[in-house]
Amino acid sequence: MAETGLMEASVIVDKSDAELIAAVLGGDMASFEPLVVKYSPRVFATARRYARRESEVEDIVQEVWSKAFHKLPGFRGEAPFEHWLMRMAVRTCYDFLREHQRKKESSFTDLTQPESDWLEGFVRAPDQVSDEADAARQLVGRLLEMLSPPARLVITLLEIEDRSVKEIAELTGWSVPLVKVRAFRARSEMRKCLRRITKEKYV
Amino acid sequence: MNLTELQKRLLAVARRNPPGDAVPYRFERRIMARLGEAPQPAIWLAWSRALWLGAAACTLVAICAGVWAPATRDDNGTSFSEGIEQTIMASSDDLDSAW
Repeated sequence: MAETGLMEASVIVDKSDAELIAAVLGGDMASFEPLVVKYSPRVFATARRYARRESEVEDIVQEVWSKAFHKLPGFRGEAPFEHWLMRMAVRTCYDFLREHQRKKESSFTDLTQPESDWLEGFVRAPDQVSDEADAARQLVGRLLEMLSPPARLVITLLEIEDRSVKEIAELTGWSVPLVKVRAFRARSEMRKCLRRITKEKYV
Repeated sequence: MNLTELQKRLLAVARRNPPGDAVPYRFERRIMARLGEAPQPAIWLAWSRALWLGAAACTLVAICAGVWAPATRDDNGTSFSEGIEQTIMASSDDLDSAW
């Protein structure tokens, strides 16, 4: 009995996305589960770029899957399901950023001791500080949290995920010129935030 | 401090440290259970919709009555509302004269 169940599960997993989607649209809700299993790691990785707390990440991913399920009849299959899903994930993350917009006025005094040490090390000898240090990662996180939602989204997609402007336009639904304008503004906003973080100590 | 250099360095740090893609245990079961739940009736939504519909209907009636009332003056120059008032008050007038 258990073996039969396992065999059924493997048959479902082996089905292509198109077959699974067709089955879901035909009323077989269980066929949605293999899609959730297959693509959840990517959705989680995306959500973790924008939300720090794990409970928030899970909320975002649940929201993405809920939207995907309810909007599935609108999926035309012109692009791979993964692209369609990732567009939804990025837009959900952007909505999350806008809903949880916090104006964080971080300054050098707010930094933790390891972060301050890393910055001081960078000022003294930029080549000698490690990029692998937790402090550097925390500093990046702090910096990204200070950015406005569009700036954070565009910096993440363009500078961190190395996506092209055209890809970002497709993911976000913004026009190409708008992405370029927002990227320009985002870089300048990021420099402003860095200046704010460091000004008390170095400027 | 060279802010541009610091910015590049921090972005490089972020690039080199992508977030994890771990999925919580049996997360797909949670999603399927959530999707399988019957949609809860949005009571407050229905209530507010009903209120708006009621308000719209009342506004429509008020506008119609506003248009219709001036047009219903009789030859004596008595308006519809005055006519209604006279009719309603007629019984109390009769009562006064009876005393």
